Amino acid sequence: MNLSRARSPWVLHYDASSCNGCDIETVACMTPLYDIERFGAISIGCPKHADILLVTGTINHKSLRVLRNIYEQMTEPKVVAAIGICATSGGVFHQSYNLLGGVDKAIPVDVYISGCPPRPEAIIDAIVMGVEKLKKKGKEGLAGSAEASSG
Amino acid sequence: MSFRTIIPFGPQHPVFPEPIQLKLAVEDEKVVEAIPGLGYVHRGLEKGAELNDYVKNIYLAERVCGICSFIHSWTYCSCIETLLQVEVPPRAEFLRLVFSELSRVHSHLLWLGLYADAFGFESLFMQCWRVRERSLDMQEAGGGGRVILSTCTIGGMRKDLDEDMRRAFIKEVAEIRRDFQQIMTPFFEDYSIKKRTVGIGVLTKEDAQSLGAVGPVLRASGVAGDTRLLGYGPYREVDFEPVVEAGGDCHSRGKVRVREVLRALDLITQALERLPEGEIKTNFRGKLNGEVFQRMEQPRGEMLYYVKAGSNRSLDRFRIRTPTFANIPPLLKMLPGCDLADVPVIVLSIDPCISCAER
Repeated sequence: MNLSRARSPWVLHYDASSCNGCDIETVACMTPLYDIERFGAISIGCPKHADILLVTGTINHKSLRVLRNIYEQMTEPKVVAAIGICATSGGVFHQSYNLLGGVDKAIPVDVYISGCPPRPEAIIDAIVMGVEKLKKKGKEGLAGSAEASSG
Repeated sequence: MSFRTIIPFGPQHPVFPEPIQLKLAVEDEKVVEAIPGLGYVHRGLEKGAELNDYVKNIYLAERVCGICSFIHSWTYCSCIETLLQVEVPPRAEFLRLVFSELSRVHSHLLWLGLYADAFGFESLFMQCWRVRERSLDMQEAGGGGRVILSTCTIGGMRKDLDEDMRRAFIKEVAEIRRDFQQIMTPFFEDYSIKKRTVGIGVLTKEDAQSLGAVGPVLRASGVAGDTRLLGYGPYREVDFEPVVEAGGDCHSRGKVRVREVLRALDLITQALERLPEGEIKTNFRGKLNGEVFQRMEQPRGEMLYYVKAGSNRSLDRFRIRTPTFANIPPLLKMLPGCDLADVPVIVLSIDPCISCAER
């Protein structure tokens, strides 16, 4: 179960409030030249199916609730990757009155990728790193449930 | 007797790369009203620009939208050049035209891909994005970045094209044209695409004009409105006429964009062949003075910048009106009366760029 999850992660992309630069690079990863399907990853629209959440852009007051909603709907184990410098810390918009800062202000983040926008290779790297985390979390989850059933 | 239900469409939806919410009032399967919910990508960019030095704002202006970032930086730089009364060298103006038309090519190919995906043509989506990568490679070779170039600056351009690269660009444009011509026929002729788009989301010529539609949405309704006709920059020196289709439906909007890709490739070739020799940047000094309006044609339509100079190298007011903002009222006119299943195609047909619209 854990192996098959690591070999076919489903990726969900959400734009918290980015300028589109990171978004189109994220989508470019799914197209022939970069093709994350080499790693078994495929883009999915439904949060309940997804294993890895790619968040681009900082969060503002309105997208905060949506992002938390999506995160809560995803089933365990799940991994969040912050794509781009805005998702990491606020980036070029850090002075703005409407933004709260990095994505980690709202939900726990496992992988950070900087760049404005990051190159598709870096985004693929984030997904591959996310898969490693996913494996680890899956094992911990299994151990936890085994303890619970034996205890 | 049919019930009226409200279905929330978005903000997170497989069709949209960006969050926008439409509350759709439906009776059975028919949409009777659409109420937009905006603000999910508002970043307060206009206020942020007032806090910065005006030179630093170029970077902020580029990040209004990552897709059409070059034209944003061009418009901002052209506003500041007017305020400082700086003359831009002709070679820089032609290079700006090359990169702005390149960004139109990549934006339209991106959109054609997403549009194909919206009615289930996944292979066509992949093919469009495969061709698009070639234009991104050109941007990277000539500008330094794949999507955000940072090559336009006040007084001219930061990077020049040497002779070898100019020839390579002309060749590459011809290859993009050849690749694109191989995959563009379905947008005109395919039976299933016609079934999904012909007569869907109709916007009449009168509605398009009275609701203030801009860009391909306006031109697909039979109005030859294009800001490039004003002849800003080097557009007065190249042969250009806007692409117009008469249908006013989703199919026409697709056709306008397919033909605009070819037109843009043609403009790039013209500009590269006539590229004047000389400097690419004028040095500038002095204080900003006064206020200025500037209109330019984005891939999505007419964009308007207003810049008011403040004291001490900052701006007093920075205002942007982007094409998607102007195209939302026509969208709300197209939606009532359509089937719920057609909503994704109709919404995509205006090429919504929410990051632009909400800034």
